[in-house]
This record gives sequence, C-alpha cells and structure tokens, in this order.
Amino acid sequence: MTNVAVISFPGSNCDRDIITAVNHITGTQPTQYWHKETSMEKHDLVILPGGFSFGDYLRCGAIAARSPIMDEVMEHVWRGGFVLGICNGFQILTEAGILPGTLMRNKQLQFVCRDVTLSLHHSQSNAILGQCDDNRQLVIPVAHNEGNYFADPDTLKKITDKEQIALTYTNTGAANYNPNGAINDIAGVTSDNGRVLGMMPHPERKAEAIHGGVDGHYLLTSIIEAAS
Amino acid sequence: MLRVTITISLKEGVLDPEGQAIAHSLGNLGYHEASDIRTGRIISFTMDESNHARANQKVAKMCETLLVNTVIENYDIAIEDQAGDE
Repeated sequence: MTNVAVISFPGSNCDRDIITAVNHITGTQPTQYWHKETSMEKHDLVILPGGFSFGDYLRCGAIAARSPIMDEVMEHVWRGGFVLGICNGFQILTEAGILPGTLMRNKQLQFVCRDVTLSLHHSQSNAILGQCDDNRQLVIPVAHNEGNYFADPDTLKKITDKEQIALTYTNTGAANYNPNGAINDIAGVTSDNGRVLGMMPHPERKAEAIHGGVDGHYLLTSIIEAAS
Repeated sequence: MLRVTITISLKEGVLDPEGQAIAHSLGNLGYHEASDIRTGRIISFTMDESNHARANQKVAKMCETLLVNTVIENYDIAIEDQAGDE
C-alpha cells in the first residue's frame, strides 16, 4: 500500500480535503507533517496541498519553500521519491527550485474558480503518471489568483524536449479555455526525473460522485498506484 | 548602521498584467502619455553593518535565496548610511 505524507503550512486549506481523498483510495490515513518539523519518515508519495501558505506574502509559496520541512522534502526528491504539488503546492515546488518555471498573477487579474478541461501528455515518459492514459481528458476545477505559468524560452524548450509538460488546458473552443494566460496552456509540469508533478487544478475537488465528477479521483488513484 | 533599499522589478519580456491594467486606467483618466507601465516592489530595512561592500554582498545573497524570484524578477540594491549616523 502506498505510504503517503501530506505537508501542512500555515495557510494551507486543502490539506484535509486531500487527506480525505487519499484515505478513500488507500484505506489508510496519510501522515501529516507541520512545516516546522525537521524529520520525516520514508514515504512513497509526499503531497503539498493547496491553500495560501503564509498568506501569499512576498510571493506565493516563497516563504513555505524555505520552511524547515522542505529540507526533508528535498531529500525525498533526491532519493527519487514521488511528490505531488497542488495549486499552492505547485507554487511552493517552483519556489523551491524542484520544478522549473514560476506561477505569475493571472493574466486577467482575477481570481478564477471553475472547472477546466485538461489534457494529459507524455504519461509514459513520467513515472508519476505511468498509470495514466494520455487519451483521457479530465475535468477538474482550478481556484487560484496566481496560476499563470511562465518559463523563459530556454527552460520552455528544455521542458518541451524532455516531455515534462504533462498537463495542459484543453482548447475546447471556448475563449477562456486557458483560465489564467499560462504560456503554452501549461497546467502542470513534471521534474526532469518524471517523479515530481506540480499542477494548478485541484483533483481532490473532483474525487467523489457528490463533487459532480470523479476525474480527480482517477488522477489521484493513478498517481498513488504509480508511487506504490 | 546602514539603510538598505531593494527595488524588485519584472524582467524585460515578462508580461506585467498589473502594469497593463494601470495603464488602461490612467488612459481612462486622460493620461495617454503614460505607456509601458511596469510594477514592482520595494523592500527596505536597517542593517547592522558598517562596510558597504560587505553589506552589498550579504544583501545580494538575501535576494538570491529569498527576496527575489530570479526566473522573472530583477533587483537593484541601494545602500546608504543611516541618517543620524556619524
């Protein structure tokens, strides 16, 4: 059974949602860590949840990325461990330098909270998505003010060539299919070893039929299986 | 004691939607002469240090490790003697 950890920072507000979603999949309770902790047991998958860590002060995720627990997360990454960062968790991973690029203010300067359609790419090149099917589109909500993915041209070329652009907003024909102006419609990227995924949409908010969809459950189940 | 002022701005080529919104609003007010508006952030603090070169080195390190996201931001450091100091 996949052994999952969830890290909470002051201002994390999706930690309990992701714990519930994981619990429904694995039947076990993930281990929760507070940002000040300086040691972490070995886990298969570490999840950085959504929220507004440290009130988004300085830059989203900037202060959380320098928290004591992040040394442990970094060590887990070096060991080849699996990591999933959702929304603020994605912002923290880019601020920590674990994932390339950065998340800027939404292009239209508005907080956006709604379902988006996502396409999966290069699942077979990224171990964390190894159980996913690229042909499956996912409808999962976003809820953020800073989700506008940006990377300089060199980085963008590198992550394109290395097949790290694993999730994009699908051009459904709607004018606002890309909810935040992200470059190349990027919704999620992986690390160059394919074991860390950061994504702006919230799979834990589409994890049960009562949520109006289970595409998030599908994605989380696939990731948990890949990490086992 | 030294007074440090760090000016953080978005790199050239990085879209500044906030700057664009401000430009639009200034235009609505009739200030059409203002264009290419860029926003940024100023961080200032007092530093217990007397040597400017050493201070500059330390502040640059602070910028690189926390205060600035060098993927999208540039920074400029200004250091002066704290007013009232000899």
